[in-house]
Formats: sequence, structure tokens, C-alpha cells
Amino acid sequence: MSTFPNAAESPAEVRAGLPLKRRSMVGRKTADLTVKVLSWIGAWIGIAVMAFVIIEVVREGAAAWNIAFFTQSTPMDVTSNAGGFANAIVGTIVITGVAALIAIPIGFLGGVYLAEFGRDGHVATAIRSIANVVMGVPSIIVGVFAFAILVQPQQHYSGFAGSVALAFIMLPVMARTTEDILNLVPNELRESGLAMGAPRWKVTLGVICRAARGGLITGATLAVVRVAGETAPLLFTALSSPYWMTGLFGPGGYFGGPVANLTKTIYDFSGSPYPHWQTLAWGGALLIIVAVLGMNIVVRLLFQRGKEW
Amino acid sequence: MSTVEAPLSSGASGPRGAESAPRGRRLRIGDPVFRTLATASGIAVAVMMFGLAAILVYKSWPAIQALGFGMLTHVAWSPSTGEYGALAALAGTALSTIVAMVIAVPLAMVIALLLVELVHPAVARVVGTGIEMLAAIPSIIFGMVGLFVIVPFIQDRFTPWVLNTPLGKIPGIEPGPQFQGGGLSIFTAGVVLAFMVLPFITAVSRDVLMMVPRVTKEAGYGMGSTTWEVMRKISLRYANSGIVGAIFIGFGRALGETMAVAYLIGSLYTDMPRSIFDPGTSIASLIAQQFSEATDKVQVSALIELGLILFAITVLFQVLAQLWLRRVRRATGGRA
Repeated sequence: MSTFPNAAESPAEVRAGLPLKRRSMVGRKTADLTVKVLSWIGAWIGIAVMAFVIIEVVREGAAAWNIAFFTQSTPMDVTSNAGGFANAIVGTIVITGVAALIAIPIGFLGGVYLAEFGRDGHVATAIRSIANVVMGVPSIIVGVFAFAILVQPQQHYSGFAGSVALAFIMLPVMARTTEDILNLVPNELRESGLAMGAPRWKVTLGVICRAARGGLITGATLAVVRVAGETAPLLFTALSSPYWMTGLFGPGGYFGGPVANLTKTIYDFSGSPYPHWQTLAWGGALLIIVAVLGMNIVVRLLFQRGKEW
Repeated sequence: MSTVEAPLSSGASGPRGAESAPRGRRLRIGDPVFRTLATASGIAVAVMMFGLAAILVYKSWPAIQALGFGMLTHVAWSPSTGEYGALAALAGTALSTIVAMVIAVPLAMVIALLLVELVHPAVARVVGTGIEMLAAIPSIIFGMVGLFVIVPFIQDRFTPWVLNTPLGKIPGIEPGPQFQGGGLSIFTAGVVLAFMVLPFITAVSRDVLMMVPRVTKEAGYGMGSTTWEVMRKISLRYANSGIVGAIFIGFGRALGETMAVAYLIGSLYTDMPRSIFDPGTSIASLIAQQFSEATDKVQVSALIELGLILFAITVLFQVLAQLWLRRVRRATGGRA
């Protein structure tokens, strides 16, 4: 009886009180084996595709990695074989870094609210659901939003608009990850902290967050890495530029004009008809893969330790 | 919390005297400030969603006024002739997503079954991590590898082969008037999309399959069932509504995926796709490709309206998926 969620779903033979149909053991075993083999094939296809993408990028991208790639700015002259991605690398670090500075504190505090104050209340439940929905909003929409609130009124593209778009994408991820990690901390720690007479903020920051330190760092790093590889939000916010960023303000600056960044430059260069530009694009792709997967693996290894809670 | 604090402040100021008095006062403002900051941040996360929706509506208002609901029924997107139709893009989005789901769902299903039912948890963790890593690869990389490797393969090998089989005569597969060899096509975009959403569907399916109570499965094995019989008659039946939720999640992801699709779908804005091997466009890739070229106000506003449409569709899917999964978790006794 307990095999089936309810009686109505039990086989007709059982309900009718008839003897169970005899089925050949060979047939049953064959079906079983077939499914097992198919499952393995499916898993191997998934892993093979991942391996294929990585191998392809490494194979093509390795050719582009030389000193010029990391020291020179993106070429404007299509005939020469000079130029690198250095300005784009710097731009991506700055744009992503500012996004992290905006999103991590707010997202972290939001997560603290959900885990420590809001808990199962109506407000927290609503915020949690909204955050889940926002995480599924396509990143290009966030780019359109940043365009509408910053680029359009200011009449110019800017690296800052790109940072704002990326921060928007990070924010709900940060909040939900922080909450999940804080929820793993046993309640006894909270209670003992409060029983010692420590104020709530001290318990939260000094005890709970310290206990969950590893997980919090992991979560923040993964959130940053995730947006570092985003392209769509930068298409019409940070745009792209063949020049170095010249400071904060003015047409070449972070707030004042387009800022070179890896992903948009890869997009432009890979779509160009010039072989050298395509090679550079592969080099950029390799850099992103190395950074993204490398960070993923590093923090996953760290997280194994953090999972004790 | 003040009840907990009170004994401390009085105790601290008692034996240690005047020097700890300011400390006591700081403690009292610390908590409300911290709580307010945290609450404000939490609310900010929610407010930004409404801000986003409001800005999209506000900025697309000129286009909505000029075009009304015409955007949803007009086929072509052609700014030079003043045509702003989203129907071709909507069709391309739907078709590429369906192709992706047809490939990704069965694949995710067998992988989830493997991870939960067939292999040792240690092996499952390694395989599972491998599949999850697919989710970490940025969209643009899928697009590039797709453009330089998958497109030639589908153009030179796969499309000619399929079109020579009886399948090639089925409407929807049989090439339409815009056919360009099938390399840059809705089908190619769908294939690559499939592997981008695979980890998401697999992860949710795995989680719901894990929620099947062990005793129920053991009862099945006790009756002499084979592994497949337990999967089909117990695990899948128990988890099927959760798997529907997983499919919703994958669908929502695939709909809004931008860069890989922009690379691969062929960027044909002006005609309805007649076949999955025809080039087409999707809403997200249309926005990506047209936005930086848009100069006049109507065009920008129309593109933002396109964004609003995509936003509405994906939010609808996400909300349905969340509500559905929450109901399923409750019904199966998991954490809501």
C-alpha cells in the first residue's frame, strides 16, 4: 500500500484482486539496463559538451596569449598584428569591482534581514519570492534599465552605467546566498550569543557571520564571477572602447564615456572578419574561462570546509 | 531584544563604573541602526524589481502610444520603413526555446535519475559538479564556440542529412523561402541553448527526486522491482509535478538568453520563420543587435517596449515556476 501515494494509483490488477501479470525477467532486466545505459550516455553528453567548449577555447585562445595581449590596448588598425586586450582587462576589473562594491554590502545586509530579522514574516517571504523572480530576469533587460536611468538622461555611455547594471544582477543573488548560508548556522550559536548579553548586531556580525565566513566569501565570490562574464548588460551601457580608461571624468573616463571591457570587445572582435581580431577574441574568451572556472573550482574547494555548518 | 540587553547594560555600568556607561549607550543605538539598515537593504532588493518594471513602462510609453498593441501583431522589425513588429521575434524566441527544451529536458531527466538513483553519492557529486560547471560558462563563450564550430557542422553535415531523410518533408522542418543552409538558424540557436539550460533543469530535477522518501523506494525494491521500475513507478510519479517546475525554470532561462542566440540565430528580422532551419531572431537578440544602432526616439522607445514584453514573459514564467515549486515542496513535505 505504501508504495503508492494513494490507492487509486495502484495497478488495476491489484484493485481488481486479480493475480499479478507475469512478466518476463529478461524483459524487465533489459529495460532496466537500457535506462541505465541511457542515463550514463546522457551524463557523458553533458560533460563532453562542457569539456568540448573548454578544449576548443583553450586550443584557439592559447595562440593569442603573449606579452602584447596582456600589455597593449585593443588594435584599431586591421592590417597590423599588434595589439592586445590590456585596456579591456582593466576595464572589466574596474566595472565589475565597482559593481561588487555596490551590490555586496546591500545584498549582504538584505540577506541578513531575511535570515535574522524577517525570517518567515510576510515581508521577508515577499522579498524572497521577488528576489527569486528577479534572478530569472534576463540580463539584457537589466542593461536596458541601466540605459534608461543613466545613459539616456546623461546622453552618453559610461563605465559606471555598466557597473550599475551588473550590481543590479548581483544584488538578489547576494541576498539569497547570504540568507541560505546564514540559515546553515545552528540556532544555538545565536542563542548563546544573546544569552551572554551581546546586542543583536554584535551576535549577527561577530558570531553568526564569523561562523559562516567561508560560505559568505564563497557566495560573494561566485556572485562577482558570475557577472564578470556577462555581456548583455554592457552592450549599451559601458559599450566598448579601443582606448585606455583615462580616469574618472571626461569623455575617456569611467563616469564620462564608453569603457573598454572584455566581454563586449570579445563580441565585437569575434564578429569581425579579420583573423587577428578573431584570435584576440579567443584569447579573451580563454581569459574569461580561466578566471570563471578557476574561481569556481577554488571556492568550491574552500566551500567543502565551510559545509560543516 | 531590549529585554536581553537590559541586564547587560545595568550589569556593565554597575561594577565597572562610569567608563562603561557610554559603551552601554552605544549598544542601545547599535541594534536599531543595524536592524534598520538590514531591513532597508532587504526592501531595496524588492523595490528594485518594481523600479525596473516602472522604468520600462515609462520609457516605452511613447512607443506604446504610437503603436498601441500593434507591436504584438505586426511581423517585421524594420526601422528604416518605420515598422516595429515583434511577432517574428516572438515566434523565433518560442521556436528556439522549444528546440532547446526538446533536447534539454530528456537529457536533464536521465542525468538527474543517474545522479539520484544509480551512482554512489561520491560519483554523483563529481558528475553533478561537471554538469553545474556548464552553468558557469558565460553565454558569450557558448556563442563563440557555436559560431565557429557548431554552425559549420550543422550547415555542412547535419542540415543536408536531415533534409534528405523523410523528416525533411515535415512542415516546420522543411526549409522555408529564407533558408540559408541551416547553419545560422533557429535550430542551431536551440541546440546551444539546450546545453545552457541543461544544468538548471538537472539541478531542480535532482532536488525534487531527492525528496522522494527513501522508505517508499525501499518498499519498491522489497517487492522485487528493478531499478528502472522503482524510478518509473515511484520516483518519477512522486516527483513529476516538481519536474514540471524544473521545466518552467529552464523555459524561463532559455527565453531570455541573449548573447549565444544573437551569435547563432541568423538575425532575420523581417519575416516569420517557416522552419527551424530558417534564420530568425529572438526578442533578446533583437534588442542586443539593434539597440546601439537605434538613434531616434521612437526606435529606442520601441526597443524598450520589446524589453518590457520580454520582461513580462519571463516574470510570468518565473512566478508560475516559483508558485508551482512551492506548492510541490509543501505537498511532498519539504521546506516551503
